[in-house]
Formats: sequence, structure tokens, C-alpha cells
Amino acid sequence: MKRRRGGIAWWLVFLLAVLYFFLPLVATLDFALKAKPPFSAFTNAVQDPKFFSSLLYSLVIGVLTIVASLSLIVPTAYWVQLKVPRARSLVEFVTLLPFVIPAVVLVFGLIRVYSQPPLPFTHTDIGSSALLVAGYIVLSLPYMYRAVDTGLRAIDIRSLTEAAQSMGAGWVTIIWRVILPNLRVALLSGAFLTLAIVLGEFTIANFLARPAFGPYLNLLSQQKAYEPAAVALISFGLTWLAMIAIAFIGRDTRTRIEIGGAH
Amino acid sequence: MTATAGQGAPLARPVRRLSWSWLGLLPFFLFAIFFIGAPITYLVIGSFQDKTGQTTLQNYADLATPSISNAFLTSIEVSLVTAVIGGIFGFLLAYAVILGGLPRVLRDALMTFSGVASNFAGVPLALAFIFTLGQLGMITVWLKGIGINPYQSGFTIYSKIGLELVYLYFQFPLMVLIIAPAIDGLRPEWREAAENMGASSRQYWQKVALPILFPTILGTIILLFGNAFGAQATAYQLTSGLIPLVPLLIGNQIAGDVLHNPGLGYAMAMGMVFIMAGSIIVYTVLQRRAERWRR
Repeated sequence: MKRRRGGIAWWLVFLLAVLYFFLPLVATLDFALKAKPPFSAFTNAVQDPKFFSSLLYSLVIGVLTIVASLSLIVPTAYWVQLKVPRARSLVEFVTLLPFVIPAVVLVFGLIRVYSQPPLPFTHTDIGSSALLVAGYIVLSLPYMYRAVDTGLRAIDIRSLTEAAQSMGAGWVTIIWRVILPNLRVALLSGAFLTLAIVLGEFTIANFLARPAFGPYLNLLSQQKAYEPAAVALISFGLTWLAMIAIAFIGRDTRTRIEIGGAH
Repeated sequence: MTATAGQGAPLARPVRRLSWSWLGLLPFFLFAIFFIGAPITYLVIGSFQDKTGQTTLQNYADLATPSISNAFLTSIEVSLVTAVIGGIFGFLLAYAVILGGLPRVLRDALMTFSGVASNFAGVPLALAFIFTLGQLGMITVWLKGIGINPYQSGFTIYSKIGLELVYLYFQFPLMVLIIAPAIDGLRPEWREAAENMGASSRQYWQKVALPILFPTILGTIILLFGNAFGAQATAYQLTSGLIPLVPLLIGNQIAGDVLHNPGLGYAMAMGMVFIMAGSIIVYTVLQRRAERWRR
């Protein structure tokens, strides 16, 4: 009897959570559907050229961030494990710094350093976008490094490297054709998590005045009534897609923890 | 003579090899220096300078001015409240789906959903809550329908309580994600051993399970604290700066020198970093403790 009472209490906790999680989504949908004619909030939102241009911009920035972050982290983590294990704690310390430096503080420093000579990044569009990518790489360091490092530990990189070397492969070939394919799961999970974070990120993009998706939604919410609800739901759907992709990719591996950092 | 030379060679080799190996880490450290080191160094140096560039500690003393210390206190309060409530409820939720006898499907669904919700923040999250509990929000309208007007009894989503309600949306899920493996790690043998010695379910929790989980729970709550403390986008979208929070003040300082003292802005940013660093250090210590049981 005691067991059953406990069971009901746990169901209550779960139902409370379901309500809390889903009511805001239902309310957002409800609000979006209030626009007349029905679904016009969605069609209007999608027809706004800025919707696609900002989404595309954030996607491109996201892909650039993933590529740059991986080409920085994979060789580094590989090299640390294979050649300089003594550097491990220092490298790990650096990758954990974003937990200590909030995005708003990071962009504060970045803007102050890179808005004046000798490196006036923020004076040009390309420069600002490059700075944005750099900021996002920093945000991605903690989980990207952890994912790659764990992935590397699971394979015998020493034997793989020696085997590849004995067949005459150089470092680039080893990383590109031997190590990377073995890290597929870790890399893809990290990549999708980065994409989810970059698509929703607001703080850094806003202060760098970038035409990204987050600032676009913020602007839209000041100008329109129903369209922001539609776009917020689309944004939620995109996060959802990214997470489902991660769950799907990692279904054979043990539980991973995805911690982002763009609130 | 030959003997010393023979001894010297193997000694010299590892040293030289080591220095070359470190070179492989050069791109990473260069990146870190340019995009973490340089900006933070700039803020640190600036925080110790007055308007004329003289070295001073005044900026840190000025953090005590009411408008700024108030922002720190509010930020700490909001982060603490959401961390503790989010931590407790997140733990109960994780416990419910893992050990509470709920179907396995719900657990998988919750874990995936937590991944989404802990990353769903900022502008769209704030908007979703405005559509729910704002003046025209769905629940507000429902409540008005049954004769309760929350906005007449002083509630508003744009207040501190409103903000806390919104922050919890990414706080619970993070707790669930981190605590679930720890709850999973409670071995059935421990429970059996306790029961064999006549312990009740309550005694098992009091004397065995909670003491084992405690460092993880406390550590994660501290992590949640930092998670909320650093958040800027959600608060910006929700309150348009009406509630004084440190990230919002820093944001204003980036946009234009509203404090009329750049150094004070930098000191504020450093204050934020100190608090984050403090929480992460405590988290790390507690995490080490927790690992003793995970062998």
C-alpha cells in the first residue's frame, strides 16, 4: 500500500512538470493561431524576407563555428593524448573557462579589444562576423572538448596512429582519415548542440550588431503581435530537431550530458 | 668521457622532444590568448584604472554604490531561488522517472525533452512565458475567466517572481540531466543491505542514499546558480531592463557608458567573473567528493 501511494505522488510530480513544460508552448501556439485568417501568423512570419536571411545567417555562422571549433579542438585533444599528456590539465582548464566567463562579459571584452587598432574587427561586417564565430567557438569549448576527448579515449589512438604511420601516412592524413571517422558520434553530437545554441543565441550577436536569428526575433517582438509567437515556436522546433538528432546519433552510446550556455 | 656523453644524449632527447610537442598545441593556445585571454586581460586592467588611466582600487569600492550592489543582490537572489527550487524539483522529477515506478518510456522522453528545454532559452523562452502569463497570456485569461485577476493582486510576469518562473524552465531540465546518472548510480545492493539490517525506506534515504547523493545535489545546485547568474538574453527580452540585474547593467555599459565610468563597468564584469569562479570551484570540490562513490 505504501508503494502505491508513493507511485501516485511520483505521477503527480511528473504531471506537474508536464504542465509546466507544455503550457508555455501551448499558450504560444494558441496566441499564434489567434491571428486572422488562421495560420496567417506562420505564413506572414515565413514570408518576411528577414526571417530567412537571419535564419540563413545564423546557420552559416553555426556551420563555420562547428568547422572552426573542430579543426581547433580535434588536433589539440589528439595531440594532448598522444604526445603531451602533461598539458592535459592546462588545456582542460582553458576549455572550462566559458563556465566562469558569461557570454555578456566575453562580448564586453571582445568589443573593447577588437574595436580599435591594431585589430579593428568590429569596423567591418566580415570582421564582426569573424568575431561572432570566435565568440561562439569559445562558448562551444567546454562540451566540444569534452565530447572529443571522451571519444578519443574510447579508441586506441596510439595503435591507430602507429598503424597509419607505418603505412606512410602524415599527420593531416591520420587526423582526417583515421581519427575523425572514429569520432563520428562525438563530433556529430557536439556539432548539433553547437547548432542549437548558435541558432538561439542572442547576447553576443546582439552586441556585435549581427543580423542573426536571435536579434531578429527580439526586433520582431517589438514590431508585431502574432508573428513572434510563430517564430518562437519555429525556434523551439529547431532546438527540438537538433536534440532529436543528437539522441538518434548517440542511441548506442552511454548517456551523455548536454550542457549549453546561451541563456 | 665517453660515459658522460652517453649519459648526456638520452637526457637531452626528451627535453627537446617535449618542446617540439608543445608546439602542436600552439594554435589552440593562440586562439585562447586572442579570444579569451586578451578580452579578459583588457577588462582586468581597465577595472584597476580611473578615467584618467591612473591605477586605482576605487572602481571596486564603487561596486558598493546602491544601484550596483542592489543589482548584484538581485542577481544573486534570482539565481539562488531558481537554483534551489529547480534543484529540488529537478531531483524529484528525475527520481520519479527513474525509481518512482513510472514507465520507462516516460524516462526516455523526459531526458530528451530536458536536453531541449535546458537549451531553449533567451528570446523565444521569454516570449513563450509572456504569451502564457503576460497580461493577455493564456493562463491569465483563463484565471480572469474564473474571477481571479493575477495582475490586480500585484503579479506580473515582468517582475522578479516572473523572471524566476521563466528561469526555472531551463533550470529543472539541467538538474534532471545531471542528477539522473547519479540516481542511476545508487546500487540496488546498498538498499538490499540496508533492508537486510532492518532499515525502513525512510532510514535508507536518511542514512545511505541522501548522504551519497548530497555532494552531487549540492554541486549541481551551485552549477544551476551560475547558469542563472550568467544569463542575459532571457532577462533582457522579458524585462527590458526594468529589473536591475548585473548582466543587464553590463549590457547597458556595452551599448554606451551609462555609468559614466568605464572602469566601474569593467569592475562589475570582474565581479561577475569572481562569483562564477567561486561557484565553479565549490562545484568542482563537491564533484570530487561525489566521485568517491562511483567506482
